[in-house]
Amino acid sequence: MKFTGKVYKFGADIDTDAIIPARYLNTFDPVELAKHCMEDADPEFPKKVQPGDIIVADKNFGCGSSREHAPIAIKAAGVSCVIAKSFARIFYRNSINIGLPILECPEAVDAISEGDEIEVELETGKIKNLRTGEEYNATPFPAFMQEIMDKGGLIDYVKDKLQKEKA
Amino acid sequence: MGMTITQKILAKHAGKDYVEPGELINCKVDVVLGNDVTSPVAIAEFNKLGVDKVFDKERIMLVPDHFTPNKDIKSAEQCKTVREFARKYEIKNYFEIGQMGIEHCLLPEQGLVLPGDLIIGADSHTCTYGALGAFATGVGSTDMAAAMATGEAWFKVPETIKFVYYGKLPEWVSGKDLILHTIGDIGVDGARYMSMEFTGEVIKNLSMDNRFTMANMAIEAGGKNGIIEPDEITLAYVKERAKRPFEVYQSDEDAKYFEVREYDVSKLEPLVAFPHLPENVRPVSEAAHVSIDQVVIGSCTNGRIEDLEIAAKIMKGKKVHPEVRVIILPGTQQIYLEAVRRGYIEIFIEAGAAVSTPTCGPCLGGHMGILAKGEKALATTNRNFVGRMGHPESEVYLASPAVAAASAITGRITPPWAV
Repeated sequence: MKFTGKVYKFGADIDTDAIIPARYLNTFDPVELAKHCMEDADPEFPKKVQPGDIIVADKNFGCGSSREHAPIAIKAAGVSCVIAKSFARIFYRNSINIGLPILECPEAVDAISEGDEIEVELETGKIKNLRTGEEYNATPFPAFMQEIMDKGGLIDYVKDKLQKEKA
Repeated sequence: MGMTITQKILAKHAGKDYVEPGELINCKVDVVLGNDVTSPVAIAEFNKLGVDKVFDKERIMLVPDHFTPNKDIKSAEQCKTVREFARKYEIKNYFEIGQMGIEHCLLPEQGLVLPGDLIIGADSHTCTYGALGAFATGVGSTDMAAAMATGEAWFKVPETIKFVYYGKLPEWVSGKDLILHTIGDIGVDGARYMSMEFTGEVIKNLSMDNRFTMANMAIEAGGKNGIIEPDEITLAYVKERAKRPFEVYQSDEDAKYFEVREYDVSKLEPLVAFPHLPENVRPVSEAAHVSIDQVVIGSCTNGRIEDLEIAAKIMKGKKVHPEVRVIILPGTQQIYLEAVRRGYIEIFIEAGAAVSTPTCGPCLGGHMGILAKGEKALATTNRNFVGRMGHPESEVYLASPAVAAASAITGRITPPWAV
């Protein structure tokens, strides 16, 4: 899977309350959540983000709550991929489980600027800055997590497993 | 090679003799938990699995506590989804308004989570139960859904950081201050993906309520779990509550730690975490310039009886500052009733505080005490992120119940010995 998109940059420790404030958690409709995606970090984000755009953030992206509404909101806002120096544990797990592509790559985060067009190849973890031509390599996923992602998320992975056990 | 308590619990539940950090394992879970915000998402995912029953009707805990009593129509619909699911699948541990409490106060109180358990909960503060010597960690709704069907979850075995607390705990310094000090030291991602094991003479003498507060905030340092080895204090707490057998694990002497950090607590002061991260910790004496509009005493961090006890002790016979709104939320119905019996509620109401039914409410900016633009709150809760308790331009300061009660009286952040 290959994505090309415009970069929106965020700082360190972007928490799940900034990604989707709890005042909107009385629904889990992805379309509703997308309307408020990243609102408390950048109130304009939901209006300006275009399908395919990419979030690039510093360390510990997604810290705080376990709300799956956070990766759901990002995915539903049309964001194709999140690249960060590091991810908070539950956010990382949730993203894999719901099929939101995420990559850890500190050097790319340092080198990429707001507004850059970048190209991401998920299988290889190759990130290319189309403005500068520079390339970076993200840490590959362990095979087991790749398997979950290849199935399209945890539910289809478990469904498959349950069916095999039945057979 | 020796194992930490966390490794041992994970190994046991994976059916292995030994697991090592970094290893990916599949585990049987003892308890799966969800609330009114995370369960509806999990139920929708569960329904996609095409199974007709849950793995165990007694091991799934559904606690509507975030936006309850239902704050609006949408929240009411979410709670209805959870209630109907509980009825359909005959979930034994569904807690309706009137019996419920804040999930992480309620489950230990009811003896539903026990030492040696492996617990996953679709709530990041599930790590609270580590205070009992259980492995407990927060997950998302999809993990909850899968575990409700299979009774299993996958884990990466974490490295462990050992935190050793020694010295004499000064008066007014609590479990809240110990954990804030720790987060201030290592930062909000200082234990990312790792297990935090709390030990040392100070911990061994710490009450269960204070231990829950510490384990509760492990996630605020990025921790996968916080854990304390069970001892006599744990067993005394669990003895009359446990409704099933449990196992006690201890870390081996030769267990391998990623790091050991030692803290002399003798000179520690009550602490305050300034906006907008729990790592922005300062001694309370350096925070006295901050005036506040609201005080919240409660939450899964500090809504237990000892928390109310210290607040009542400080507020007895005094009046809340006229420019401060004070909201007190006992963690469970049982804690509430106990506070009534002990006369704490009378003290709070006579002082001019509002006392609410158990709810997570204002902690996450849900309801029951939302902040307006520019307002400041001092709260005994666990997070002070931007917009956490309301308007994105409001501020939350985190502290212990003692500091919160003292500040309620003066209208600015105040050390407990000053009132």
